[in-house]
Amino acid sequence: LKLYRKRHPTLPCNVLKFKSTTIMLDCGLDMTSTLNFLPLPLVQSPRLSNLPGWSLKDGNAFLDKELKECSGHVFVDSVPEFCLPETELIDLSTVDVILISNYHCMMALPYITEHTGFMGTVYATEPTVQIGRLLMEELVNFIERVPKAQSASLWKNKDIQRRCYTMQEVNSLVGYSQKIELFGAVQVTPLSSGYALGSSNWIIQSHYEKVSYVSGSSLLTTHPQPMDQASLKNSDVLILTGLTQIPTANPDSMVGEFCSNLALTVRNGGNVLVPCYPSGVIYDLLECLYQYIDSAGLSSIPFYFISPVANSSLEFSQIFAEWLCHNKQTKVYLPEPPFPHAELIQTNKLKHYPSIHGDFSNDFRQPCVVFTGHPSLRFGDVVHFMELWGKSSLNTVIFTEPDFSYLEALAPYQPLAMKCIYCPIDTRLNFIQVSKLLKEVQPLHVVCPEQYTQPPPAQSHRMDLMVDCQPPAMSYRRAEVLALPFKRRYEKIEIMPELADSLVPMEIKPGISLATVSAVLHTKDNKHVLQPPPRPAQPTGGKKRKRASDDIPDCKVLKPLLSGSIPVDQFVQTLEKHGFSDIKVEDTAKGHIVLLQEAETLIQIEEDSTHIICDDDEVLRVRLRDLVLKFLQKF
Amino acid sequence: MDPECARLLPALCAVLADPRQPVADDTCLEKLLDWFKAVTEAGSSLLLLQEHPCLVELLFHVLKPQDLSSRILSFALRLAGIFAAQENCFQFLQQGELLPGLFGEPGPLGAAAWAAPSVRSGWIQGLHSLAQHPSALRFLADSGAVDTIFSLQGDPSLFVASAAGQLLVRVLDLALRGPAEGRVCPQAWDWPACARKVVCHLEDCLRSEATPRVTQALHVLTTTFGHCRGLWTQGLWARLSPLVARLLEKDPVPAPHALVDLLLGVARSPVLSSDPGLWETAAQALSRLSPTQAGPLAAGILKLQDCPQALRIQAFSILLQPLAHVLEATAQAPGTPRLLEGAAGDLMAVDTFPPSRSACVGLLCSALAHLELLQPLPQRPSPWPQAPLLAAVVTILRFCNGSAAPSSEAGGRLCAMLVGCVRVQRAALDFLGVLSQGLGPQELVTQVFAILLEYLVSPDSSPTVLKKAFQATLRWLLSSATPPGCCDLEPYAQLVLGELLAVLQKRLCSPCWEVRDSGLEFLTQMTRHWGGQGSFRQALLGSEVPELTRQLLQDPESYVRASAVAAVGQLSSWGLLTAPSSPEHPAVPQTPLEELLLVLTTDSEGFPRRAVMRVFTEWLRDGYADVAEDPEQSVAPVLRAASRDLDWEVRVQGLELALVFLEQLLGPRGPSTAAPPGALTQALQALCRVQLFEFAFRSLFDCDRPVAQKSCDLLLFLKAKATPSGSQQEVGDGPNVASVEAALRRWQAGEQGQPLGELAPEAVLAVLRSMDLEALRDTLAESSDHVERSPQSLLQDMLATVGVLGDNEADCY
Repeated sequence: LKLYRKRHPTLPCNVLKFKSTTIMLDCGLDMTSTLNFLPLPLVQSPRLSNLPGWSLKDGNAFLDKELKECSGHVFVDSVPEFCLPETELIDLSTVDVILISNYHCMMALPYITEHTGFMGTVYATEPTVQIGRLLMEELVNFIERVPKAQSASLWKNKDIQRRCYTMQEVNSLVGYSQKIELFGAVQVTPLSSGYALGSSNWIIQSHYEKVSYVSGSSLLTTHPQPMDQASLKNSDVLILTGLTQIPTANPDSMVGEFCSNLALTVRNGGNVLVPCYPSGVIYDLLECLYQYIDSAGLSSIPFYFISPVANSSLEFSQIFAEWLCHNKQTKVYLPEPPFPHAELIQTNKLKHYPSIHGDFSNDFRQPCVVFTGHPSLRFGDVVHFMELWGKSSLNTVIFTEPDFSYLEALAPYQPLAMKCIYCPIDTRLNFIQVSKLLKEVQPLHVVCPEQYTQPPPAQSHRMDLMVDCQPPAMSYRRAEVLALPFKRRYEKIEIMPELADSLVPMEIKPGISLATVSAVLHTKDNKHVLQPPPRPAQPTGGKKRKRASDDIPDCKVLKPLLSGSIPVDQFVQTLEKHGFSDIKVEDTAKGHIVLLQEAETLIQIEEDSTHIICDDDEVLRVRLRDLVLKFLQKF
Repeated sequence: MDPECARLLPALCAVLADPRQPVADDTCLEKLLDWFKAVTEAGSSLLLLQEHPCLVELLFHVLKPQDLSSRILSFALRLAGIFAAQENCFQFLQQGELLPGLFGEPGPLGAAAWAAPSVRSGWIQGLHSLAQHPSALRFLADSGAVDTIFSLQGDPSLFVASAAGQLLVRVLDLALRGPAEGRVCPQAWDWPACARKVVCHLEDCLRSEATPRVTQALHVLTTTFGHCRGLWTQGLWARLSPLVARLLEKDPVPAPHALVDLLLGVARSPVLSSDPGLWETAAQALSRLSPTQAGPLAAGILKLQDCPQALRIQAFSILLQPLAHVLEATAQAPGTPRLLEGAAGDLMAVDTFPPSRSACVGLLCSALAHLELLQPLPQRPSPWPQAPLLAAVVTILRFCNGSAAPSSEAGGRLCAMLVGCVRVQRAALDFLGVLSQGLGPQELVTQVFAILLEYLVSPDSSPTVLKKAFQATLRWLLSSATPPGCCDLEPYAQLVLGELLAVLQKRLCSPCWEVRDSGLEFLTQMTRHWGGQGSFRQALLGSEVPELTRQLLQDPESYVRASAVAAVGQLSSWGLLTAPSSPEHPAVPQTPLEELLLVLTTDSEGFPRRAVMRVFTEWLRDGYADVAEDPEQSVAPVLRAASRDLDWEVRVQGLELALVFLEQLLGPRGPSTAAPPGALTQALQALCRVQLFEFAFRSLFDCDRPVAQKSCDLLLFLKAKATPSGSQQEVGDGPNVASVEAALRRWQAGEQGQPLGELAPEAVLAVLRSMDLEALRDTLAESSDHVERSPQSLLQDMLATVGVLGDNEADCY
């Protein structure tokens, strides 16, 4: 049972080898590398195009076409590139299945499915696939609609980064608690994880072992179905990833902060920009704003949601009722749309557009609130708004997505006059919740990334910001192979009914019965079945045709199995009764030696064997053997 | 007893004795007992029983074996106790063997009814009332009641158990007060047998290994020393104190809370506090009890006016220890103030904090609360370690928000336990606010403001924590005025002010209404103190705060609107509210006065309207420019709106506003002379123009008593001003007067429809003179149920509910 660790903990990509299957757990794409690139503006930006080239200290300017400098930071002037999953640690064509836990953790999937010879199956829930597809579509659209003349390559010394992929396919949809057999060897089951629409934790189990994979889970009451904790009980190993990236930020407080700053800016006549993904927290933010705007006197302020997939995202959210929390599910029966953003759209308070071009430019009214991507501020419509609004201190950009450092994201826009507010809303488990979860679920072993077993480097005194469990969690690092701390000891074998009928168990101890069985072990698809042995072949009267039973190994008639122990004193008495005299008993380390001096014979009795040593006297040996057998049970 | 009650009593007794007649409820029986108690206290019980044999019959009836309800049985026991409190009546009942029947073995004690807690409770209360005289003491001793009381101390019903303890105290007091009266220190051999028995019982309990028995004994002793001031208590304490001290040697100390209560009770008793042994025991308790248990004892000791200095030092160190531990747990540069020096400081090497989070939090919170209560007391420890306490509280607050850097492993644990703990945050902020009464080194004051700002800025501060942070900030800002008492802010506070206003701006936009509310309250307070101060005005006018405050007048939450009204009132009285920027809409109110009037006339909730009335009253009283310009013009619409308001508090405040208006016209209230006739006429004309009289006269008959009372006060004031003693003015009885009086009569009869119309000042004066306002005031001063509360009414009600009075004509409302 081995675990291969591949990416950072919130965008996990682990490989689990378990019972001859190779399972990839999640396939997250690390997009932080894009922060090193210049933003891709939708409209020609003189500021960005006039940035000075960067030259080495020795004056060598061979990179000045590719690298540009902005406010002391260096950026690559090229199409953004992403860090790929590790490909050297394991041959990805040997991966049997990929299990996806939420739509954020599948963004690297095309790199695996298109470039590595991967032939397996990808399992995910339907909302995960649909919304994941939207995220990918948005990403591809953002990058493809701004064709960049050059693709820089000189600046990097190793090709660890790749350009963005094109569209691809994902297969095999599953529902919560649906059991999926993998080659008969293991069974995998997705469970609700409470983090996002269709997000799941996975149980990977055989008949005698259970591994739980907990990734991106939430115990807060937001829009998705609540987390299923009970099914995680009795795990041998619990792999814990995808905890909150900002453990010190309470999501509720952050939402309050978000609303306060939004209202403050708009009341002063400024605009608010919210860089975000097209799905996820935005649904909750819109719901909060729905409740807040009237009370804060913001009813007349337009809210714009701009994304190539804005429409699909808002509509998808309304149709996945079965994946929603109970409150939202019940609304469907009223019938009402589960999310209140439907009403915001109806009343024209929220408008959505595929991009800033077209209708949006006609409807655009200020002051306003704009939700748009990409949160890295490197591509997407957000780049335009940063350029447009960055110069005025009346405007505010509010960061709610925790995936990117907001200071790094803002670096190419410096100097910036607009206000910046950081309200990361990460609803995934924090360490207090993890402690409670582990106390509840009580796995035998916890395995988690090394980062979770020590306080964050910037707050080394915060002992509360680490996983605290007994026994201590096993940690792993990037690109490390970890042998999971348990051995498989049992395998389940089925017995065919007719064979079972023929067995006659004998009770050798109270509660323990034994029976010998002679059968053929039939193994197919990792399932083992004992079948009745073939009947001994009938003599066929000299026909030399090859018999069918030739393929089946010969079944010898087995000698009965013996059990029990030989009480030496009684054995000696029996020998004496049968006319042996001059018997001597010696104790040895492992048992006893009974010496029949007259017959020059030696009987060595040990715990698991008895030897009769005599000189070529077969009759005597058989007599002694029978006396020994009298003390043992046969079956 | 009045004849009507005497007439009803036999019927009532018959009803009570009849098991088939259900008695209305327990409260009737309680009221009945109260009445009997009042009657017996005013006269002879014996006479009462002789005049009303039905009462004795009722008591005898209870003795018969029958199916009486437990509440009637309990009632009878208590009633018998009330009668037997007088010795001659006791003898009378004793002759009839009534008392042994009720309180002795043959009574309910041995019967099935004893299973009802109310019966056991009635038995105890009966004896408690009865135990007033030597005969009662003999009765208690002979009847074996004392043993029953002992066993009832462990009763499953807490009320019964507690009453049993109190009865023992009563028995002790009765037994020892008499014989030992006047002696300096009575000796045990002088005590009556009954007292000796009780004391031996208490001794046994104190020696017992069973904690509940120890607790019972300690409770009895605490009550004894707390309530009985006789010299005999000295003897009792001298006899029992060694046993109490021995409890402290046990491990663990049994019943620590009860023990602390006892020691404090003894220490507070003027008769006992001179005993030097007491202080030794207290010192021993302080050192033997855990810090959590010893905290209340230490705090109690420090509040005592007179106790040995060494003990005070020891007690104070107990309270300081948790805070000292917090200080030790953080990286401290050498030379920073320590809370505990010398031997007490060395104790800190031991990890005093309990390992569990809740215990640790409880200890810190109680230490902070005790110190908070001590700080303002004149007998607080001196020197008061202001600087280290400030440092410790700041450190605790830093632990709670995760910004403190612990210097040890214990500190790390403390950090993990305190992070995000709202309880500790609240306690620490309260204490920090109280500490603003003392001075501190500038560096620490800077830290105080820094941590307060951190809490105010942090999105993680819960609404309650935020409110406390605002309160503490205000207190520190007030205390940092230079020199003390001056209204100008010191330079550092002025720096803080800028950041404060930025925070306030954001908080006023919070989605949480509690936060918006506390923000507005803070703003109102700040403006009240520094509204006239240059730097404050400049900072405030440079921020968005005034505009946001005005917008909050439309907040969906009524409490917030009320606070916004108060804030707008305060801001505009200092000229800090700029005109709204919508001149294109003439419908939008332009002045704060108009804005508040709009709230008064349109707001659907009472709180904002009440707030508006308070603001108007304040404006008028303080001469706010907009109002002072033309008070009559300003007051008239407000009074009109208030008089029609459905909320009685608004109407009361409307009358208060009218009263202020009157004072400004006619001079202040008090025994001063009448107003000069010229001024009076003018004033009356003004009052008629603002239609004050219609409001005031109507209010006289308002269904809400406070409104009527206020109106009565107002008219009395006016009457006093208008008709100086001895000089009746000549005013004719015109038709106008008659119509007013007719209207008043109609209103009094409950008809509200008729307006008074135009009133002439003369008519008003005539009506005022003709009205007996003093009598009306006296009637209003009586509570509304003064008629229904009479014993006669009680008896009638009780009889009516069971139908004895024929028609069921009880006036229930």
